[in-house]
Amino acid sequence: MTTATTTAPPVQAQEQSHPVLRRRRGLSPGRRLPASRLIGPALLLALWAAAAAAGQLDPGAIPAPWTVLRTAGRLWSAGTLPTDILTSLERAAYGFTTGLAAGVVLALAAGLSRVGEALIDGTVNLNRAIPTLGLIPLFILWLGIGETFKIAIIAIVVYVPIYLNTHSALSGIDSRYVELAEVQGLSRFRFIRQIVVPGALPGFFVGLRLGVTGSWLGLVVLEQINATSGLGYMMFQAQNYGQSDVILVGLLVYGIFGLVSDSAVRLIERRVLSWRRTLSS
Amino acid sequence: MAPHTEQLTRPAVQLRGLTRSFEGRTVLDGIDLDLPAGQFTALLGHSGSGKSTLLRAIAGLDHKVVGSGQLTAPEKVSVVFQDSRLLPWRRVLDNVLLGLDGKEAEQKGRAALAEVGLAGRERAWPSELSGGEAQRAALARSLVREPELLLADEPFGALDALTRIKMHALLRELWRRHQPSVLLVTHDVDEAIVLAERVLVLDAGGVALDLAIEGDAPARGEYREQLLAALGVTEGVG
Repeated sequence: MTTATTTAPPVQAQEQSHPVLRRRRGLSPGRRLPASRLIGPALLLALWAAAAAAGQLDPGAIPAPWTVLRTAGRLWSAGTLPTDILTSLERAAYGFTTGLAAGVVLALAAGLSRVGEALIDGTVNLNRAIPTLGLIPLFILWLGIGETFKIAIIAIVVYVPIYLNTHSALSGIDSRYVELAEVQGLSRFRFIRQIVVPGALPGFFVGLRLGVTGSWLGLVVLEQINATSGLGYMMFQAQNYGQSDVILVGLLVYGIFGLVSDSAVRLIERRVLSWRRTLSS
Repeated sequence: MAPHTEQLTRPAVQLRGLTRSFEGRTVLDGIDLDLPAGQFTALLGHSGSGKSTLLRAIAGLDHKVVGSGQLTAPEKVSVVFQDSRLLPWRRVLDNVLLGLDGKEAEQKGRAALAEVGLAGRERAWPSELSGGEAQRAALARSLVREPELLLADEPFGALDALTRIKMHALLRELWRRHQPSVLLVTHDVDEAIVLAERVLVLDAGGVALDLAIEGDAPARGEYREQLLAALGVTEGVG
C-alpha cells in the first residue's frame, strides 16, 4: 500500500540460509512534502534577502526585499498605489467579463447548431491566427487611446481560449451519452442542460484558467505601452526615473493578482466539478 | 407447449420483413418475429451477425441506417447497455431519475435502487461504484420507467464471472416480479440457457434457430449442443 521506497533488509537477514524476500525498487516519487509548492519561492526569497543584507546586490538594480515593501507602504499611504491598482483591476475585470461572456455564447452557438458552427468556428480560428497584441495599433485608431480599446484587447485575449476549449468539449460529448438521452426520452432542452453543459464544464474550466492568465498578460502589455494611468503606467514612469523598487512593487502586485485569481478559479472548479474529486484524489 | 407458441396475448414486439443494411451489406434480411408480452427471450449470434442491429432497430436507435419492413414495439421501452452508461456528474439516484421528475418519481427511484440492492448508495458518485454496482444502477434506471419491454445489449459482458452469476439471479428475479418482455442480446450460450425461456440464434441475416427452453438442468446440456451447433461451434474433446 505504501508508495515510499523501502530500505534494503538488514545484513543479518541475508546471512541466514532461508531466502530473503526483497522488495522491488519503488519508482513512484514517494510521499509529497508538506507545503511543497512554497519551498522553492521561500528559498529564493531567503537567498535574495541574504544577498542584499551582505551587500552583494547593486541597490539601484535589485533593491532589498524590505526596500520594496517600504516603497509599497509609502506609495499606498500616498494614495497613488490604491488608485493605480483600482484602475488596473477595473480594466481587467471589464475585459475579462466581456471575453468570458463572448467566449461562452459563441461556443454554445457553434457547438449546438450546425449553422452556428459554420458561421463561427472558422471565424474564431482566423481571429486566433492573428496575434491579438498586433491589433493594438488598429484598435487605437478605431477606438481612441482611452479605456475602450484596452478592454476590447483584453476581451479578445480572454475569449479565444474560453471559446476553443468550451467548443471542443461541447463537440466532444460522448455519443453514448447522446444515445442514452434518446433512450430516456430527454427533450432537447433537458439534453443540453443535463448532459451537454455538465459534460462540457471540464473543458470550460481549462479555458477559464487560460483566460484569466491571458487577461493579466494583456493588461501588463497594454499598460506598459499605451497607458496614462494604472500599475503599468506607474512602472513605466519608474523606469524613466530609475526607481527599480517601484517597478518591483508593480511586479509584486501583478503577481498577487495572478495568484489570487488563479486560486479563485481553481476553488470554483473544485466545487463545481466535485464529482471528479474521487478520480484525482 | 412452448410458451411462445400459444400466443394468448397480443405480441409485445412484432417484426415483419425487417431489413437493415450498412454500406450495401445486408445485416438483417427480412426478419419475421413475434415476441409475446412477458416473455424472456435471448438472442444469440456471432459478432457481426446483426444481434445489436436488431436490438437497436427495436429500440428505435437506428436513425441513419438504411432499411425497410414493419416494426411494432411497446410505448415504454428501456435499454440496458453493455457499459452502465451512468453520467459521471450525477449522483446515483439522479442517474436513475434521468428524464423524470417530481416527488413520486424520486420515491420510485429510491425503491428501484433498493430493489437492485443499492439502498444507501443514492448519494454516491458513479465513479465510487464497482462494475457490478454500476450495472445494478443501470438496471434500476431502466426499471424505474416500468417498461413493457426491456432490451439488454450484452449487459453482463464486462463483468467478472462471480458478479455475473449474481446479476443473472437479480435479472431473473426482477423479470419475474415486474413481468416485462425481455430481449437479451448475448454471445454466451450458457447465459442464454440459464436466463431465457426462448433462445433465438441469428445467422446470415435471419433467425437460424428458435428454441424453447423448458425443464430443469438435465435437458440443458442438449440445448447447449443444439445451440452451439446452430452457431457452427464444435467443442474439442477435453
